[in-house]
Amino acid sequence: MNNQRIKISARNLNFYYGDHQALFENNLEIPANSITAVIGPSGCGKSTHLRIYNRIFELYRNQRATGEVLLDGKNILDPDVDLLKLRRRVGMIFQKPTPFPMSIFDNVAYPLRLHYNLSRSEIADRVEQALQGASIWDEVKDKLKSSGLALSGGQQQRLCIARALAAEPEVLLMDEPTSAIDPVATLKIEELVLELKSRFTIVIVTHNMQQASRISDFTSFFYKGQIIETGPTAQIFTAPANKKTEEYITGRFG
Amino acid sequence: MQQTDTIFRTTCLLCASLVGLLMLGIFIQLGMHSADTWSRFGLSFLWTQDWDPAADLYGAWPNIAGTLLTTAIALLIAIPLSFVAALFVTEAPGWLAKPLSHCIDLLAAIPSVIYGMWGLFVLVPLLQEHVQPFLVDELRLTELPGGTWLLGEGYSGFGFFTAGIILSLMILPYMSAIMRDVFRMTPPMLRESAYGLGCTRWETTRDVIMRYGIRGLLGGIFIGMGRALGETMAVLFVIGNMMDLPAGLFSSGTTIAATLACNFAEADGLQLSALFALGLILLLMSFSIQVAAQYYLHLTRGARGER
Repeated sequence: MNNQRIKISARNLNFYYGDHQALFENNLEIPANSITAVIGPSGCGKSTHLRIYNRIFELYRNQRATGEVLLDGKNILDPDVDLLKLRRRVGMIFQKPTPFPMSIFDNVAYPLRLHYNLSRSEIADRVEQALQGASIWDEVKDKLKSSGLALSGGQQQRLCIARALAAEPEVLLMDEPTSAIDPVATLKIEELVLELKSRFTIVIVTHNMQQASRISDFTSFFYKGQIIETGPTAQIFTAPANKKTEEYITGRFG
Repeated sequence: MQQTDTIFRTTCLLCASLVGLLMLGIFIQLGMHSADTWSRFGLSFLWTQDWDPAADLYGAWPNIAGTLLTTAIALLIAIPLSFVAALFVTEAPGWLAKPLSHCIDLLAAIPSVIYGMWGLFVLVPLLQEHVQPFLVDELRLTELPGGTWLLGEGYSGFGFFTAGIILSLMILPYMSAIMRDVFRMTPPMLRESAYGLGCTRWETTRDVIMRYGIRGLLGGIFIGMGRALGETMAVLFVIGNMMDLPAGLFSSGTTIAATLACNFAEADGLQLSALFALGLILLLMSFSIQVAAQYYLHLTRGARGER
């Protein structure tokens, strides 16, 4: 961990839903070009934590965060930060696939048209690259014009990953991306996430501990809004320092 | 126990089928009473202009055209208004959105005769004394090609445009309520993915929420259209009641509903039958619009169920 560049650094992060405090003094460092898994029982605040990184929580009026999240050393919670640029840099994948009600091609071209001024052929090239990057090109190349909603769940999720890739983000946030997807499709997505690691910094929230141990380099264990323990995945799963972590990964609660 | 259930079920069945029978009965009645008109004029009744009781010649076209024109004006005004209003109350903070949406809903509680009175005593003088003179004398719109047709000659304040404005206010709450539901039905995660890509509010609305809810929005528009087609009382006050084809936005004319309300008292013979024929036309128009509205709203609800 020491010799890897830190991409995101959360410092003294607190989070509130109205009067209810959901996160307490979270400190977490996310190394660049690695996969960091965030695990913990339901309601422990892992999704809440993730949703601070692109400030998506700000869509809801009574939610607020205090503390700092440094992205490449700059605090993204600073009110001066350009939200639209931030969200281009920090892409997000959700618990359920969320293809837009448009064609497969347009789904992926959408962020390109939004953020970049490109010619038609450049768009077509980048759409292909993104779909290839999300390992779905071969399955959809003959039906780019058909609706994104017509794909299977796993394909839809990879389409959403392609859409996120098209914006050329630096960080990918994945909020339980396989929770609504069958096991075979889940494995495909896990392989894909492993491939993406070389180009992006990935933070994945998962309730599936096998998944965390299969794909992540680092694991952070959340419990009741606090970060109990963070470390290299192998160490967390074989020799956790904290008793609570051990109880959770051995399945004694959660 | 079982017997009371049977009685209960039979009663319910009877009441429910009564609605269907009533619907059917109205169609049959209108058809029977208008039979003379259809056999005399055939379908050409639909596009004939004359309405001459002395010569016993009747044509529905001025009524149909007037109905379509007022409805179109009403929709042109009400669609953007209700869309923006619905959008605002879904996105605005609660302390502002709640009273506002109640106000919009309460527009539906105003009796149509009150709308008519307001039109007659407020809107007509306003248009006559200020708006029409402004359009003609200040903006000189009559000098544009087609301007004279659009604005007509002289300022009466009555006519299709006035009726359209009133109709738009009357259908606004219904359309806006449905559009509001459509906006609220968008799955939060879908909205978040749009914002997550770096969309602004407007981009999210235009590209994701509107696309997602397009059928529901269409359903809402059809509901408003159906109401505008059949509205009688408020239109009667301000339309001018002339059995003439529309000769411009500000010309006086009539609609099917207004003609029916005005002419039954002294009609008999073929004229009576012609009025029934008008009624049948109106019923068919609003019936099919209503069916279209229900179809689109049903599709929207279906799409929501899948998710």
